[in-house]
Amino acid sequence: MKAAVLVFPGINRERDMARALTLISGREPAMIWHAQRELPSGTDLVVIPGGFSYGDYLRCGAIAARSPVMDAVRRHAARGGLVLGVCNGFQILCEAGLLPGVLMRNGNLRFICRDVFLRVERSDTPFTRGYNAGQVIRVPIAHGEGNYVADDATIARLEEEGRVIFRYVSPAGETDPAWNHNGAVNAIAGIINERGNVLGMMPHPENHVEEALGCTDGRGLFAGLVDYLAKAA
Amino acid sequence: MKARVTVTLKAGILDPQGKAIEGALRALGVEGVTSVRQGKVFDIELEGLDRAKAEVVLRQAADKLLANTVIENYRVDVLG
Repeated sequence: MKAAVLVFPGINRERDMARALTLISGREPAMIWHAQRELPSGTDLVVIPGGFSYGDYLRCGAIAARSPVMDAVRRHAARGGLVLGVCNGFQILCEAGLLPGVLMRNGNLRFICRDVFLRVERSDTPFTRGYNAGQVIRVPIAHGEGNYVADDATIARLEEEGRVIFRYVSPAGETDPAWNHNGAVNAIAGIINERGNVLGMMPHPENHVEEALGCTDGRGLFAGLVDYLAKAA
Repeated sequence: MKARVTVTLKAGILDPQGKAIEGALRALGVEGVTSVRQGKVFDIELEGLDRAKAEVVLRQAADKLLANTVIENYRVDVLG
């Protein structure tokens, strides 16, 4: 799997992401500075990691979404290339118009840093084939603006088309306002685009890939991508 | 030429920050406040444009960057 991790000023999870990708795919990703206008040729997967690009100025992800490298990401996505955005990466994908909706300030106004439980709604995407549909995984969140919002028509469409991929749930896998930590509409934690090749999610699967850290529930996402690309090749 | 772009949240979009400010105003004993919505103001200086062109340019700026039109409305005022 040939992965490229985008690096913007103020991003701080790019090394975690590179470590997870290297560990699971056996190949180090290319680190791509935001001012670059091209991705390395043959890139299979673009990853936009978490952090605080441009200090979250204006709106989270707003400035990064308009940087030169994002035109290359748009072309990559238009070719059917895979794009994964985590946390600030999800915010950037929404601001860039590659995913619908927006991530607003958490409902309780607090920065939330904790493990959460996610229900994987579908296993038939390149990003989730490492899981079973309905499986509950534990991964961390660390964000102040993860409260997913879109207009009613967009939410209805996402639900009808099965494009909500991860939802915040209780440990037993039930949706419950008490476990929807940031107040997201329909407890949405991650969505996919219409074509199924661009996924954005607030939680950090890259931080739960090693036994030493107490949980490996995030591995399935990366292992699934490796498997998908091996079969596609 | 000076101009101001005002960005406000669309009706129906929850504004937790506005709610918190509203609560704080009540706690301070400020009377009669029934609702607070937080927005942004951009004071912009321009050069070499007439008024009509300035409005067009500022609308582009708002559409491209200053506002996220999924959740926000904006208003452009060319102040002269």
